[in-house]
Amino acid sequence: MTVVNELMLLFLIICAISVSLTRDLLTSVVIYMSYSMIMSIVWITLESPDLAITEAAVGAGITSLLFFLTLKKIHAIDARNEVRRAQKAAEDKAAHDGGAEDEEKA
Amino acid sequence: MKKKPDLLNTARRGVSNWLNQEEAPLERGMLAAQQRPDMEECLPADETARLRMEEEAREEEEIAQRLREWNEKKGTRISSGIYGALCVLICVTMICLFLYTVMNLPSFGSAQHPINNEVSARYIEKGLQETGAVNIVTGMILDYRAFDTLGESTVLFTAAMVVLFLLRLDAHSDRYSDLARAVRENPHHESYYEPRSDAILQKTAFVLTPIVILLGIYVVLNGHLSPGGGFSGGAIMGAGLVLYASAFGSRSIRRFFTYKTYQRIVLCALMTYALSKCYSFYTGANGIHSIIPLGTPGAILSSGLILVLNICVGFIVTCTMYAFYAVFRKGEL
Repeated sequence: MTVVNELMLLFLIICAISVSLTRDLLTSVVIYMSYSMIMSIVWITLESPDLAITEAAVGAGITSLLFFLTLKKIHAIDARNEVRRAQKAAEDKAAHDGGAEDEEKA
Repeated sequence: MKKKPDLLNTARRGVSNWLNQEEAPLERGMLAAQQRPDMEECLPADETARLRMEEEAREEEEIAQRLREWNEKKGTRISSGIYGALCVLICVTMICLFLYTVMNLPSFGSAQHPINNEVSARYIEKGLQETGAVNIVTGMILDYRAFDTLGESTVLFTAAMVVLFLLRLDAHSDRYSDLARAVRENPHHESYYEPRSDAILQKTAFVLTPIVILLGIYVVLNGHLSPGGGFSGGAIMGAGLVLYASAFGSRSIRRFFTYKTYQRIVLCALMTYALSKCYSFYTGANGIHSIIPLGTPGAILSSGLILVLNICVGFIVTCTMYAFYAVFRKGEL
């Protein structure tokens, strides 16, 4: 049990550091969610199941959801999708043009 | 020497103007700075004086240039170096301080811990008998410290109110209604805020939503018997509502949950809580005796007021969590 406990604490530290080191906001929110999940398991091993339930529901559920909605509101998620869509469109166009040129050559 | 009385005169005039509140001296200075090129025309006609002034101007220009270069090259490097060094220094100092403090804390679960005093002994020994709650934590937060929990619920309610003030779009208001009306009237705009009908999400939500909400109700109703209580159960129920809303859209959730429902439920729950706890103020504020009999510990209908208060807190938290989601997402409930 102590091994599991120490492993959880290690994961906790890794998550806490990587949240602040991640550049992508969406990824850091997902890491923050996993931090809350690990924290709720740590609460169970510390024999406070009340806090574990609240941590899982509020920390991992509601708070991350509000973060996602805020990212959508400030167009942090949309912008990524836009960039990807533009890249894909450019690639498609390039492939299409290449195909057309090949046809012309043929 | 010829210019000095002029300057004095202008200064005096400026002060008197400022005292008469005709114009502010700072604005005058800014105006003068803007009109500087014009002033060069009225330079003294003397050749040597003009040469000297040009020389001075060139020297000033050179000094400014050197300062700018220093700022660009060395200044930024030095200031960023100082900034980084201070950052590391302050962080390391704080970490060392905190670690030192933590090292000096009494070890976890030791008998000499300062929290092992007569208060916790009283809670553990007489808690079940006095509150009727098997779960000591709930007995504490909803009986001995029920005022704190009332404050917490009010804080949550206030936070929801502030979010509504800031983010709600009122389609019936005259001033701020352009965006709201555009959202409501333009179907393309509406579809931006609505979730796309995702088959996987809808099937999952169809199965999961009743289970999640049932679990929330169980946690709320069993708050005095098992771990959990109003806040955690309410958060679980709110998560179930959010899942339903994000899968099926806000139009289907509006069939049973609108802004009016939110207002009524939260108002009733807060009023019930406040009335059932504040009456002890009028009985001398010496301990709160439940009107409802405590019942046998371990049964669902036991522990007096705690069950009622748990249900109230659960309702408040559920509605507030869903309100947060809806207002963040669309700007209205």
